[in-house]
Amino acid sequence: MENVIEIIGIEKYIYLSIILFCIGVLGILYRRNAIVMFMCIEIMLNSANMLLVAFSTFHQDAEGQVFVFFTMAVAAAEVAVGLAILVTIYRNIGSIDIDKLKNLKG
Amino acid sequence: MDTNVILLLLLVPLIGSLVNIFFGKKLGNGSGIIATIAVLISFIVTVIAFVQVNSTKVAIQGDLFEWIAVDRFTISFGFLLDQLSLLWLLFVTGIGTLIHLYSTSYMKGDENYAKFFGYLNLFIFFMIVLVAGSNLLITFIGWEGVGLCSYLLIGFWHKNQDYNDAAKKAFIMNRIGDLGFLIGVFILAFLFQSLDYMTIKEALATGTNHQINTWIGFAALAIFIGAVGKSAQIPLYTWLPDAMAGPTPVSALIHAATMVTAGIFLITRLNFVFDLAPLVQNTIAIVGAFTSLFAASIGLVQNDIKKVLAYSTVSQLGLMFMAIGFGAYEIAVFHVITHAFFKACLFLGSGSVIHAMGGEQDMRRMGGLDKYMKVTYITFLIATAAISGFPFLSGFFSKDEILMVAFENNKFLYIVGSIASIMTAFYMFRLVFLTFKKGFRGSQEQKNHLHESPLSMTLPLIILAFFSIVGGAINLPGSNWLNHYLQPIIVKSTGKAHELGTEAYILMALATAGFLIGLGWAFYKYIKNSEVPQEDEKITGFHKVLYNKYYIDEIYMVIFVKPIYVIATFFRDFVEVALSGTVLGLGKIADELSLQGKKAQNGNIGLYLFAFVFGICILFYYLFIAR
Amino acid sequence: MIEILFYILSTITLGSATLTVLSKNPIHSALWLVVSFFSLAGHYILLNSQFLGMVHIMVYSGAIMILMLFTIMLMNLNISHEVSKPFFTKLVATVAFCLVGILMLTIVMRGNQAYNIEYSSTGEDFQSVSVLGKVLLNEYVMPFEMVAVLLLLAMIGAVLISKKDKTEKEA
Repeated sequence: MENVIEIIGIEKYIYLSIILFCIGVLGILYRRNAIVMFMCIEIMLNSANMLLVAFSTFHQDAEGQVFVFFTMAVAAAEVAVGLAILVTIYRNIGSIDIDKLKNLKG
Repeated sequence: MDTNVILLLLLVPLIGSLVNIFFGKKLGNGSGIIATIAVLISFIVTVIAFVQVNSTKVAIQGDLFEWIAVDRFTISFGFLLDQLSLLWLLFVTGIGTLIHLYSTSYMKGDENYAKFFGYLNLFIFFMIVLVAGSNLLITFIGWEGVGLCSYLLIGFWHKNQDYNDAAKKAFIMNRIGDLGFLIGVFILAFLFQSLDYMTIKEALATGTNHQINTWIGFAALAIFIGAVGKSAQIPLYTWLPDAMAGPTPVSALIHAATMVTAGIFLITRLNFVFDLAPLVQNTIAIVGAFTSLFAASIGLVQNDIKKVLAYSTVSQLGLMFMAIGFGAYEIAVFHVITHAFFKACLFLGSGSVIHAMGGEQDMRRMGGLDKYMKVTYITFLIATAAISGFPFLSGFFSKDEILMVAFENNKFLYIVGSIASIMTAFYMFRLVFLTFKKGFRGSQEQKNHLHESPLSMTLPLIILAFFSIVGGAINLPGSNWLNHYLQPIIVKSTGKAHELGTEAYILMALATAGFLIGLGWAFYKYIKNSEVPQEDEKITGFHKVLYNKYYIDEIYMVIFVKPIYVIATFFRDFVEVALSGTVLGLGKIADELSLQGKKAQNGNIGLYLFAFVFGICILFYYLFIAR
Repeated sequence: MIEILFYILSTITLGSATLTVLSKNPIHSALWLVVSFFSLAGHYILLNSQFLGMVHIMVYSGAIMILMLFTIMLMNLNISHEVSKPFFTKLVATVAFCLVGILMLTIVMRGNQAYNIEYSSTGEDFQSVSVLGKVLLNEYVMPFEMVAVLLLLAMIGAVLISKKDKTEKEA
């Protein structure tokens, strides 16, 4: 199978991942539901992952993909703990609307 | 071995003190015994060391550790037990032991019995540090330490505000002297890059030049000021009479026998420095002579039994300083020792009287006590005779030596000293007659209470009285054991051994005559005419001036204390307000700003996220685009 | 052909990601996200990283998204719970989105374009499972083990956090 980068070009992947990342940012700012915000974080992580894979192919080096594995592991851990926290918050407050979480008020 | 001796000497009183201060309450009466034994051990160690040094003529020396090391300037935590310091230690620990023994009865029933002995032991510890230190800084530690103990003990009955004031006065007066001492130490450190006595001595023995001599003059003057503070000379003497607020054994130990002689010790220690400053020596002689006269004249009319003794102490210290001023260090030391014996005896005797009178100190309320207190009376009489210069008692020899030196050097100061001696004889016998003779003038209740003190109080009296009699033997004219003993310490002695010539006999006769005049005057006034000092309100004229101590306290009040109060008030009312206003204003501004800033932190996570994003934008801009 | 495939996949990715953000119902969001993840896996396969693509589908679509969906159902969230932000906030969010996008694009375009050189593949095998396994278990064995510990800790932590308090139970 031939190398896609030769055909498509790395810069298209860069643009794609930038836009994907920005969509994640938009979601974080746009929504109030904590779980949806979590999903947006996943989107941002994935945009980074995709760039890593693209450059891994570009440089023909496996290390980029290894880092994607690690990122996935970290994301999984993060989601597990984060969702546990959300469940606890929901149990205590009855909502996961972040505008109702004002305990950080100084 | 040497270090062990020093450690034993030092640590025993310290341990005794700590035990008494921290565990005293549990020990009960045992604390007094522990304290006494601690000092007794020190005394025994001192005696052993003394015997050794006296036979080998080699000083015991030991550095415990290096204390301060800055470049080439090093100070070791070292101690030196030579002839001089051992002599001092002998009577500090010896008399200290007796006074501890005495205090076990005297202080019985006091609520802070153990604390008292803790302080006394601490005092002995610091006194040993002062005396045995091998350099000026160690001496300074002891110097400050005894000042502290003096403060603690004067204000021992701290529920009485007057006593607290007296303690503060003593402390502050001493601070003035301490400042002088410190300046002297700095100058010497600057000149010799060392504070070690031996090093300075050797450096000076190799010769000096004119410029160094000038600086040494300043150093000597500064150290003399320190000595003036500690040894209660004009103009810093006023704390000593007030220091009588403390318990009587304290007065005996600290304010008569030991601590106040620290000034004389220091000057004798540094005799090689003072020898190079003749101007300062003259000052010392004059200050000493006039202090002697001044204090004696005040002592003439005082009615408080302890105040009389206090002024007599100041007066005797003046005589010692006069001897030092003439360069006769051995003679000053001789008088220090004899004075320690009879003055301790006198104070303890007066303590015994006060004890019997149930706290009464006014001689006008006493009288006729000889019938009730035989031992106290006899020992008191012996000590009085000794201090007044009754022939062939200890005081006679030492005082006579001082006057002889004065006669050789300065006839005028000889006369001043002699007058002071006559006055001493008068007021001391006035004290004895008013206290022990004639009828009892106190209340009936006090009369029923009169009793002789227990053995633990009279035994020290007897021992001290014995030494008051024979103490002069250490430096009898003709044998001069003390002069020979101190020869390694004193570089250049002017008080050389006096030959028993015609002049000496005439002077002795004159001194005896002076003693008889004082005695006769007192006898005529108080025995023959049975006079009793007037009540406070009736005193008039010059008598009143004397009775009020020349109004020195009041004068100091107006000259020094009041202006300081005015300045202090000014600073409190204006400067402090301004300063605290500024500081608090700055604090207010920060407070206000943070209150406003707090509003940004409203706990809204959405807002925080916006802040994140815009922050990232700004970071990106500066890192990648703006460059 | 491959180019067309890339564009189709990219459109799906971006479109479903946008729908994830904009869907009112959290369950719809989650489903759109799954679509997005599948398209990303497609990208990976297109980039010749088949193994990574499989892992991606398993971990993200299989594990993480299921976890999220379960949580959503556990909390019984649906459209009725959803309260949207005020209009102003949405506006600012859009502005921020544009700002970040423009900034990053600017950075990339202003960069020295080191990747714009004439590119040719050497044809060397660098991303087959065996090669990846060797790299992962030789050079990166230490981080690999640490990730294992991290996952274990995350599991313990999740259990600990979501456990009900004893005092709460008593109350």
